[in-house]
Amino acid sequence: MAIIKRIGFWALVTVIVAQAVFPFYYAVLTSFESGQAIFDINYLPKVIEFVNYRKAFDDGVFGRQILNSVFVAAVVVALSLFLAVTASFALARIPFRGRGIILLLILSVSMFPQIAVLSGLFAMVRAMGLFNSLWSLVFSYMIFTLPFTVWVLTTFMRKLPTEIEEAAIMDGARPMTIIRRVFLPLLWPAMVTTGLLAFIHAWNEFLFALTFLSTDTQRTVPVAIALISGASEFEIPWGSIMAASVIVTLPLVALVLVFQRKIISGLTAGAVKG
Amino acid sequence: MATVDLRNVCKRFGTHQVISDVSLSLEQGEFVVFVGPSGCGKSTLLRMIAGLEDITSGALSIGGEDMTDRLPADRGVAMVFQSYALYPHMTVYENMAFGLEQARLKKDAIRTRVMEAAKMLQIEDLIDRKPKALSGGQRQRVAIGRAITRDPRVFLFDEPLSNLDAALRGETRVEITRLHARLADTTMIYVTHDQVEAMTLADRIVVLNKGHVEQVGAPLELYENPASKFVAGFIGSPRMNFLTGPIAATLGAETFGIRPEDLAIGDTGDWPGRVLLTEALGADTFVHVETDLSPEPLIARAPGRSSFRAGQPVALTPDPARIHLFDTDGQPVTARERAEA
Repeated sequence: MAIIKRIGFWALVTVIVAQAVFPFYYAVLTSFESGQAIFDINYLPKVIEFVNYRKAFDDGVFGRQILNSVFVAAVVVALSLFLAVTASFALARIPFRGRGIILLLILSVSMFPQIAVLSGLFAMVRAMGLFNSLWSLVFSYMIFTLPFTVWVLTTFMRKLPTEIEEAAIMDGARPMTIIRRVFLPLLWPAMVTTGLLAFIHAWNEFLFALTFLSTDTQRTVPVAIALISGASEFEIPWGSIMAASVIVTLPLVALVLVFQRKIISGLTAGAVKG
Repeated sequence: MATVDLRNVCKRFGTHQVISDVSLSLEQGEFVVFVGPSGCGKSTLLRMIAGLEDITSGALSIGGEDMTDRLPADRGVAMVFQSYALYPHMTVYENMAFGLEQARLKKDAIRTRVMEAAKMLQIEDLIDRKPKALSGGQRQRVAIGRAITRDPRVFLFDEPLSNLDAALRGETRVEITRLHARLADTTMIYVTHDQVEAMTLADRIVVLNKGHVEQVGAPLELYENPASKFVAGFIGSPRMNFLTGPIAATLGAETFGIRPEDLAIGDTGDWPGRVLLTEALGADTFVHVETDLSPEPLIARAPGRSSFRAGQPVALTPDPARIHLFDTDGQPVTARERAEA
């Protein structure tokens, strides 16, 4: 009985891991192959070539497009965190009428499907003269990054002991000093976690990036990859697409690895008193 | 350096009156303890003096200067919190220096003051540690040190010992007494629900009940001459025995009060009864005696080595000079009223 239980358990683990990892593994595998080899089905690497990786950078704009993505994601994260920390300080710490309503309003912003707000946003982007500018993405991505950064940080900030803030008030610290010197250091884990989620979201976003940007040099990577085309309209260059996909995944993997400890403590924060 | 004056101070949260019409005046260098049951408003009153709570109506002045609407940092007060409230990400030194940095002192001036305070509290060798690496007692010292460095005119303590274990509590209590002796000019206000702390630390005790002041006085004065039945019952442990009925009525009162140590216990006496249980504390034994006088057992103090057993018939005799009498409102019955009855 015990053995059957164990086998069942590990079988389940295998299925889950395979389901999670296989798509990316297959992309890595394909990215190392070229020519006809791509269309042979194999689950272990047969050849390892870097032709596709070289080709991805050959046309010259891919590097630029990665930088576009980095710029948009970084600015979105920085702005979101700055606004979210200051907003959550007010929402968590300063009693005022309508606090609950504001929190709900913020949450409800994230409730609309992207496609539902797309045309309205497009009109706004045009009106502000941001069409085909990376700032249009910065502007529109905050629509979904801000609600959850504000919510997570507000919840987190509520859990910080009031007495610490009061001690700082007695010490003569002004609100901005309290945020900067007392709360920020305590909020790091939560900020890393939410910042990373915001980064991933901004990095992967497709629909707005496709709609608001029109030239190759302005595009961000998800759209750029989708628009990679072959020599003729009958050829889909799977090798290059997979290589590009792997390249843009690596920064995310690296970020998660670097911050994993903070992420874990951010996710479990509040469970154990510091 | 500073007297503290409260004039008709009130605090309302919505429609709920937490502090009603409190007027107090504390002298410079005095150690005053606010004591009362939980929810009596003692912490709120302290926080109003600190500036962490607004004063709904009335006025507060410190050192003769009106402070009712001043920012906490401008009042010249420092506070030690119940949970220490140290900044967890800063070292002991940084914790103690933070307030001085906010006051824009020079770096070396900060250093001198912090080290001075650290020396006074014997935490010099902990100066580079984070609060996490400190014991409860050490954290408490750092919290006190942080308050000292600011060189306050008024020192506020909000139940600073309630997170410490019993042994450490006694030690820290002694240390606070010493601190008070050393900072003789600094007025100290201390909030506690523990009457032992109140009795041992205070120059004067302020007993609070439901947001108003029941009595203000020296510890023994409160013990000997409680101004109300509430104070009589609150100060002293075990609490005063209260009797109602004919025994009080014949003396013109509603309630007859007698402390356990003023109740002689022996084989013969005024009030016969039966021992219910005994609490031997070593130096004293508290004997709970069932009598016909009240549904509650009466408590009498006997010497530590006495041998009363449950069920044993005994008799209690109150010391007539030590009887406390209270009327229906809980106010003391005066000698004249008593004579008339």
